[in-house]
Amino acid sequence: MPIVHEPVARCVDGWGRPAPDTLALEVEDLHFAYPDGHVALRGVSLQVHCGEKVALVGPNGAGKSTLLLHLNGLLNGGQGSVRVMGMPVTTPNLPFIRARVGLVFQNPDDQLFSPTVYEDVAFGPLHMGLPEEEVRRRVVQALTQVGMAHYADRLSYHLSMGEKKRVAIATVLSMHPDILVLDEPSAGLDPRARRGLINLLRTLPITMLASTHDMLMVRELFPRMVIMDEGRIVADGPTAELLEQTELLEAHGLERL
Amino acid sequence: MMLHNALDRYHDRPSSIHDLDPRVKVVVTLLGIFSVLLLPDGAWGAYFLVWCAVLAVALVARLGVGLVLRRSLVALPFALVAITLVFTLPGRTLFTLQLGAWEISASDAGLVRFSSVLVRSWLSVQMAILLVATTRIPDLLHALRHLHVPALLVTILAFMVRYLAVLLDEVTRLLRARQARSAASAQGKAGGSLLWRARVAGNMTGQLFLRSLERSDRIYNAMVARGFRGQYVTINPHRMRRRDWMALGLAFAALTMIQWLGRTLS
Repeated sequence: MPIVHEPVARCVDGWGRPAPDTLALEVEDLHFAYPDGHVALRGVSLQVHCGEKVALVGPNGAGKSTLLLHLNGLLNGGQGSVRVMGMPVTTPNLPFIRARVGLVFQNPDDQLFSPTVYEDVAFGPLHMGLPEEEVRRRVVQALTQVGMAHYADRLSYHLSMGEKKRVAIATVLSMHPDILVLDEPSAGLDPRARRGLINLLRTLPITMLASTHDMLMVRELFPRMVIMDEGRIVADGPTAELLEQTELLEAHGLERL
Repeated sequence: MMLHNALDRYHDRPSSIHDLDPRVKVVVTLLGIFSVLLLPDGAWGAYFLVWCAVLAVALVARLGVGLVLRRSLVALPFALVAITLVFTLPGRTLFTLQLGAWEISASDAGLVRFSSVLVRSWLSVQMAILLVATTRIPDLLHALRHLHVPALLVTILAFMVRYLAVLLDEVTRLLRARQARSAASAQGKAGGSLLWRARVAGNMTGQLFLRSLERSDRIYNAMVARGFRGQYVTINPHRMRRRDWMALGLAFAALTMIQWLGRTLS
């Protein structure tokens, strides 16, 4: 189904180099309340440039996951606007947006719903309507990228937590997204799997926004940090600087390293 | 986590049966089961031939006779439901039982019908066991898709297979949490009344339902996030080769033979 849309800035130029002037994500004064009346977002504004790796931290219930679900159009209906690669997130644009924003959910058991690893990684490209050859090429490529090429025929429920996490990332990489959005990527991983994941995320040449409680990972991987609390962004700046501000961190339930 | 292997009935062996196209295996299994069910009562020779065929396939598939026999016993209790046939079918009376005010008598025709039902269901179960022991579940699902089973049905099956293990884990966690707090005080007996226990069990079932409901919501989100728009699409990996056609023909011929023998001999 061809989608008519306005010209969109690509994150990567013709030579595969990041084009850092482009805004990958642009969230403006976003409000959202769940149907039960719980207000989750109270005017969030956030800009992420291409090639940036941004961490989203804050206590549980701060609205991090709600914000992430908006980037993909899974939640909408509140005030404010979200733009991905310059394109507004609206219903007609959704099929396009979903290919641009790779959303990795916290629990890989929710993300890996197909019987085999291969089918799960092929799910996204297949639903983009790509030809079979291209789908197969992308599956192999994505699995290789996360170091799981030999697991293609394995059944998802036989994998370890760390392996599931890697496959979950591959399931969105196969869609060739411009932005990778991760919800608590290191939660529930043992130290070795966590280390492997951090190394993997470091090597992926892609814009990244990750919500997390893992401050050590934030310091190591994300040069920029955004603190959320009670549905608002309360701080946004270089990780190294914010991590020095003990009072700010403690006021929002975070610990200084 | 430890339950997963108990769910997997597939036995990975390098055999020509494993290598067959899953569609052939599904079709032959279904035909085999129907064929056995259509055999007349008391066609013992034909039953024996079917059993020999089942054992032969098990041997060619390198599964061993013991495995199929052991697994097939699971189904026997269900077949026992047919025991009423012994007492309800008219025929020569074998013996009479006095049950309070009632007197029931067993007939010879009933006994033959009952044993035939027992044998036939036992043979059918063995065929199904062979199918799942030699075919991986994803292949089985694909085969069903290609045999034009409605897509929605196959998708439901696929989700069931995928999440059965996850749900079992959830149940195990719930049970463990209950066990860990089911302590006894120094005086007095542990446990509580039957009603109270039933309520706990009911609450746990409700918990499981709510968790599953929430999980299904998250899964649906994950599908939509990757472009799902209501149509399930899969890649087609299956192609019929010469030996698949040959196996199909051979199985068909064998089944027809057994049908014919069963009808002429009895």
